[in-house]
Amino acid sequence: MNSKSRNKLIAAPYTIWMVGFIIIPLIFVVYYGLTNDKNVFTLDNVISFFNPIHFRSFLKAFKLAFISTLICIILAYPIALIFRNSKTKKSSFIVYIFILPMWMNGLLRIYAWLTLIEKKGVINLILTYLKLPNINIVNTETAIILGMVYDFLPFMILPLYNSLMKINDDTLNGARDLGANELQVFTRVIFPLSIPGMVSGITMVFIPSLTTVAISFMLGGGLYLLIGNVIEQEFLTTSNWHLGSGLSLVLIIFIFVVMGITNKWTDKDEDSIII
Amino acid sequence: MMRKILKHSYLTLILLFTYIPIIVMVVLSFNASKSRVNFTGFSLKWYQQMFSDRNIVSALQNTILIALISSLVAVVIGTMAAVAISNMPRRTRTIYLSITNIPMLNADVATGISLMLCFITFGISLSFGTVLISHITFNIPYVILSVLPKLKGSSRYEYEAARDLGATSRQAFFKVVLPEIMPGVVSGFMLAVTMSLDDFIITHFTRGAGINTISTLVYAQVKRGLNPSLYALSSIMFVAVLVVLIITNFVANREKE
Repeated sequence: MNSKSRNKLIAAPYTIWMVGFIIIPLIFVVYYGLTNDKNVFTLDNVISFFNPIHFRSFLKAFKLAFISTLICIILAYPIALIFRNSKTKKSSFIVYIFILPMWMNGLLRIYAWLTLIEKKGVINLILTYLKLPNINIVNTETAIILGMVYDFLPFMILPLYNSLMKINDDTLNGARDLGANELQVFTRVIFPLSIPGMVSGITMVFIPSLTTVAISFMLGGGLYLLIGNVIEQEFLTTSNWHLGSGLSLVLIIFIFVVMGITNKWTDKDEDSIII
Repeated sequence: MMRKILKHSYLTLILLFTYIPIIVMVVLSFNASKSRVNFTGFSLKWYQQMFSDRNIVSALQNTILIALISSLVAVVIGTMAAVAISNMPRRTRTIYLSITNIPMLNADVATGISLMLCFITFGISLSFGTVLISHITFNIPYVILSVLPKLKGSSRYEYEAARDLGATSRQAFFKVVLPEIMPGVVSGFMLAVTMSLDDFIITHFTRGAGINTISTLVYAQVKRGLNPSLYALSSIMFVAVLVVLIITNFVANREKE
């Protein structure tokens, strides 16, 4: 057996899996999305994405995901910088610190925020004690943003940190030797070199936020239907698979267009792992 | 000096933000009452009752079984795929990697419904097995992307050298290549277990009636209030992982010395 056909043999289990459980399922989404319950071709399901009822939930999701991503960048950048500059270059440590919480069930961690932010919750208890005005954010957009930032912040910190770690100290010293002050070192050297990490961070925060089902369900109290909740309901409550697939199809296309645009700025190293 | 204080307080704040929900869960697991807000006294009753609730026991079993089996299968298929991909001509390789990226980049809702449509249309009734298949599907990419970078360097020449020295291809793989890429295989496995344990939405769409994982059980109970035994269970799981990680780190550090 020559090495080429041996290679095909080694790849075979994955090839079968890939076709069977990645490609064919996607073809089904396209098929259901473009037909009605009599199996006749129609664009109605796809067009109804732009129907105000559905489009509003997409715009709301877009807005909340956008704000969350922005907050994540602002919160994560200093952390990544601090860890980069710290002398203990134990890179596995920072990964552990931020991956570790994922070992407690994600839905429970979101649920715990209810205990914290409720009217009589822990945060208000502390605020009252400090004689400060109370917060009232349960079942609001603020609570959903809080949940998104909380859940996805690690996915901004880790790629940012990775890209900052790749910057050589000599590069920074070179810039300083050539007369750059600390601000210029940051704006001219560190920031541009961190863009690939930031962009993968953005996609890893923005897309899960945009399509979340659980966070809006738990912290929004069912008042705020985001596009993910709408799709879930079409499948599991109203059982309208054709409409659900049509909406998903537009969402998938939107995601891949976003990925295509951001791809320009990400690392060209094709095998690099994102986290 | 000022800068240092600023740095440390910022780090502390972010870590507090990251860990405060976990602290809340652990505290509530010792709460005497079922209340989510009032701590009425210390009690171990939720830990005692944990295993008397049949729903929780079966959800725990499912969660662990699915995480372990799906990660093991994903490691085998994914490692083989990574080896094959690293030897592929450029164009085929790009196609494989692009398709591998789909489950990682696509929305979980979309992956979930696409698998559900596929199963049902082919007449496969949703069950434990369909959840397992779905988890394997989204775990394989994590394994491939962890293993692939380790294969880049010298492994190809080492493999050929071993062959020249008379090793069979099987020996060359298991004795030369595999030890080299082992760190990637292990981190791929760990990543797969983490993703599988934390998944909610794909499980939600592909599970059969009566099949629950901890995530779907929590989702189902949110509206009427969670059984605090779930806090107890999750606290135990979290502490168990913490202990395992500390021990493995400790052992690894000692071996280095």
